[in-house]
Amino acid sequence: MDNLEKIVSDALERFGSINDAAALEQAKAHYLGKSGALTDLLKGLGKMPAEQRREAGGHINAAKDRLEAALARRRVALAQLQLDARLAEEALDVTLPGRGAGRGRLHPLTRTQDRIEAIFRSIGFDVADGPEIETDWNNFTALNNPENHPARSMQDTFYVENKDAAGRPLLLRTHTSPMQVRYARMWVERFRHAAKVPPIKVIAPGRTYRVDSDATHSPMFHQVEGLWVDEDVSFADLKGVYTDFLRRFFETNELQVRFRPSFFPFTEPSAEIDMAFGAGPNKGQWLEISGAGQVHPSVIRNFGLDPERYIGFAFGSGIERLAMLRYGIHDLRLFYDGDLRFLQQFA
Amino acid sequence: MKFSERWLRSFVDPSLSTAELAHALTMAGLEVESLAPAAPPCSGVVVAEILEVERHPNADRLSLCKVNAGAAAPLSIVCGAPNVAAGMRVPCALVGARLTGADGGVFEIKRSSLRGVDSQGMLCSARELGIDDDHGGILALAADAAPGRDVRELLELDDTVFTLKLTPNRADCLSLLGVAREVAAITGAAFKAPVIAPVAAQSEARHPVAISAAQGCGRFAGRVIRNVDAAAAVPEWMKQRLARCGQRSISALVDVTNYVMLELGRPLHVYDLDKLAGGIDVRFGRKGEQVKLLNEQDVEVDETVLCITDASGPIGLAGIMGGDSTKAETDSRNIFLESAFFFPDVIAGRTRRYNFTSDAAHRFERGVDFNNNVAGIERATELILAICGGEPGPTVDQIARLPERKRVHVRSARAARVLGIGVSDAEIADIFSRLGLASSRTADGFEVTPPSYRFDIAIEEDLIEEIARIYGYERIPANQPRARAAMSARPEAERPLMRVKDAIAARDYQEVVNFSFVEADWERDFCGNDAPVRLLNPISSQLSVMRSGLAGSLVANVRYNLNRKQSRVRAFELGRVFRADASVEDGPLTVAGIAQPLKLGGIAYGPAYPDQWGQAERKVDFYDVKADIENLLAQANARFERTTHPALHPGRAAQVLVDEKPVGWLGELHPRWQQKYELPQAPVLFELDLNALLASPMPIYREVSRFPPVIRDLALVVDESVPAQALLEAMQASRPAVVQDLWLFDLYRGKGMDVGKKSLAFRVVMQDTSKTLTDAETEAAMAQLLQLVAQSIGAKLRT
Repeated sequence: MDNLEKIVSDALERFGSINDAAALEQAKAHYLGKSGALTDLLKGLGKMPAEQRREAGGHINAAKDRLEAALARRRVALAQLQLDARLAEEALDVTLPGRGAGRGRLHPLTRTQDRIEAIFRSIGFDVADGPEIETDWNNFTALNNPENHPARSMQDTFYVENKDAAGRPLLLRTHTSPMQVRYARMWVERFRHAAKVPPIKVIAPGRTYRVDSDATHSPMFHQVEGLWVDEDVSFADLKGVYTDFLRRFFETNELQVRFRPSFFPFTEPSAEIDMAFGAGPNKGQWLEISGAGQVHPSVIRNFGLDPERYIGFAFGSGIERLAMLRYGIHDLRLFYDGDLRFLQQFA
Repeated sequence: MKFSERWLRSFVDPSLSTAELAHALTMAGLEVESLAPAAPPCSGVVVAEILEVERHPNADRLSLCKVNAGAAAPLSIVCGAPNVAAGMRVPCALVGARLTGADGGVFEIKRSSLRGVDSQGMLCSARELGIDDDHGGILALAADAAPGRDVRELLELDDTVFTLKLTPNRADCLSLLGVAREVAAITGAAFKAPVIAPVAAQSEARHPVAISAAQGCGRFAGRVIRNVDAAAAVPEWMKQRLARCGQRSISALVDVTNYVMLELGRPLHVYDLDKLAGGIDVRFGRKGEQVKLLNEQDVEVDETVLCITDASGPIGLAGIMGGDSTKAETDSRNIFLESAFFFPDVIAGRTRRYNFTSDAAHRFERGVDFNNNVAGIERATELILAICGGEPGPTVDQIARLPERKRVHVRSARAARVLGIGVSDAEIADIFSRLGLASSRTADGFEVTPPSYRFDIAIEEDLIEEIARIYGYERIPANQPRARAAMSARPEAERPLMRVKDAIAARDYQEVVNFSFVEADWERDFCGNDAPVRLLNPISSQLSVMRSGLAGSLVANVRYNLNRKQSRVRAFELGRVFRADASVEDGPLTVAGIAQPLKLGGIAYGPAYPDQWGQAERKVDFYDVKADIENLLAQANARFERTTHPALHPGRAAQVLVDEKPVGWLGELHPRWQQKYELPQAPVLFELDLNALLASPMPIYREVSRFPPVIRDLALVVDESVPAQALLEAMQASRPAVVQDLWLFDLYRGKGMDVGKKSLAFRVVMQDTSKTLTDAETEAAMAQLLQLVAQSIGAKLRT
């Protein structure tokens, strides 16, 4: 029995040094197997006197339990080592770029237009879109633009060969204002039998065209038209709505907005809206941002409404202008070049 | 409108700085576009009298001048100008004077030696003072200018040139008088109207005038002046005022008419009386008549053009430009002055027709005061007599028909409602009185009679605008309006446009925006369209027709970027396309004769994936782009069929159908265009109707089975010519009820297959919602599928 402690300490030492599951099982057999060292000791108990046998048996069984526990611990440890090794082997360079397709981006004008739409939708404006080849009536006459007005000349308006029912050449809309007329007329028709026509609240972004091409003018550009007509929509409301819009759009209240008298055939009173940033490269500089005004009574009449009862405001702003100020773009032509190096900056 | 601030301040002098005055004008609707000093800074420049001129001893082209510059001793100055002469009064920059150079830099005059002769200053040309480009010689000052006087003061160089960007409704401000009237209204400063006294006739000389076209010419005042010296020198003060208004001095008579036009807003014309063939008749032109104008342009007139005529025919375009044959020149002795009123609508648009413009036409087509015709003649007579002498005859004023000035009613309550402010009647009355609008009170507001110089006051809103303008837009509050909290929601079966754009961008297409007008070639090549919608006035031939498809623009985007060293270009555009279409009628959102639908087009060029380490590079192909479209149209039941399209490779082109209706196409660019447009590889293109992409049918719920699915494969052998879709559709059309789903998962041709045959393998998912399927049931379903395609298409089971 003297060597029991020796056997146990040998076994524990041996188990601890084994790094391989099979060798560990072999070692187990060496001590606990059918002819293992401990098994031999147990077998030797029968030759002992009964009073010693009991005590010796207890020692041997305790030793056996210790070895079994050590074996179990070692098995877990070995499994962990094996897993660690596998994991280490499987490790990736996680800094390698992801595989597969890239991603496209939206045009800065789309971003800008989307932002404008979201702001106006937040106070209940609808968004409308319509034809770009227009009739003279929708583009000019309905908007109180007199015959022979300078804007109708070939120098400003693109005409196409095709003609309207009255025999006048069709044209490329010079502003988004025809959508005022189209939308309002649809709306009024829809509520023809109602006691009151519900408020007309709409913005109409889209492409517009003028015969002009240089560093600051593009023959095709984008405008957004706004229209709010009801029984009591005033010039003060226009000031409030547009000022709020600019502050939300540029995400700053440090922005001055001024309205000054101007002239458009389809609004009266008419205003030119200027803004000045409170910070940044354009700080303090007045920048023209939009034309606006109270819808002219003749135009309200062309909507199919009574101008005595219905009043409201309209505005028309250049989307490129807003985008250029928002993103600090200096050259208008970049919008239409299709240069990926420019476009991909607008993630 | 350009003018001198000093001239303006001679009529109205508010206690505002130049910048404050400019701001006040801008905020009242007379936008000041620019402010410029009349002359750059200078100091130490005084009037000098040239006492003696001698040749420079050492230089042929220089002279040595002795001048009296106001100091006790005369100065000796070397000068290179050819026009120096004893007795002249000229500007002299003394030693220590500071001038501004042509480059904007300041330099100082120093005592210097020129070719060995001492020079105590510099005699200056107009250009050296920065007031004119004239470098012909030393600037001659008035003969009575006192030596030693500061030239800045003498020439009123401390002046600012205002440039106004006037809106077309404010023709009344196209004169100093008009702007002054407005400044008085805005600022409340006193307005000193010019005093114009009639000039008494010294003879009975008259020239007969008839107004045959009273609908065009409302008034004609005329005056004969005999024995003028038309070659007389124009006084410096007049030249200077004209120059600061942007008018070059031409001759005494022309300068006087320009001066009166700028001062009073009254266009005048001067005829050489001796060149007139009999009496003047104002009438419309007749077909075939011609006239040579002052600008030497020969124009043809017709019944829509108002003319000034004499016995010889038209001698000028009324209100636009006089004729060459009767123009007053420096040798004219006897002249006839015209001061007429022409109605705006007979002048408007005529100059654009003839492709030129004039100051007179600019004013007449916007509206000219019809009450200052005589004042204009009297002012011009006064100036002509002072400069050129002469004996005036009586002013003969004929009125045929004047514009109506109806009283306009404005209700105070309406003004308050439109503007959103409470403005009192007293305030309104004050505004009208400041504007010089004659008004009277009514029960609910005012009645206003517009003055003869205003052509923009006809309805109530015109007056509301005037109230707002003078009240001040700045003072109107920015109001956050109250609105009905009415909800709205887009139909669920309609996908928002931005979602479509996000979806295509997520498939690696960059959005671009291209012009809607393109080259005619692109229409022919990519759209097969020989009859595009053509522009009547394109800015260039590359932008001359409206596109009926997006492909040409997208190919151009690829070319542009390849030229900038990009090897992979994937782009999409959403835009309208345009095509003549007789079936389109005028409607709420349509224009008769032109279809203009919104399309989404895309192009993919170069490697299928961005340059990367993770997979072998391969070119993008038809099936890559088809997957993009399938993904975009995931909500719809899209089918693809072979098709032909002018832009596309005939074997690699598909039409896209949704619910049996064509909604677009995709395919590889035709090799012919790949070559013509110099693309190293063929891009894959597509174009889809936006409407098909926006449609997003409501989902229909089906019960999910709790029983295990059975998955079986079915490999079929068919002729090479059989499209995969035929098999799929045949099986799907009459599939057994337990077949939940089936798809193609393998395509095989080659070894082990007969020539002209291919194998297509389908995976079939079977499931029942009420029980687990037995082997017998699944076998039966598979057999049924096989039978379907065997019968209709001749497919055989691959063994």
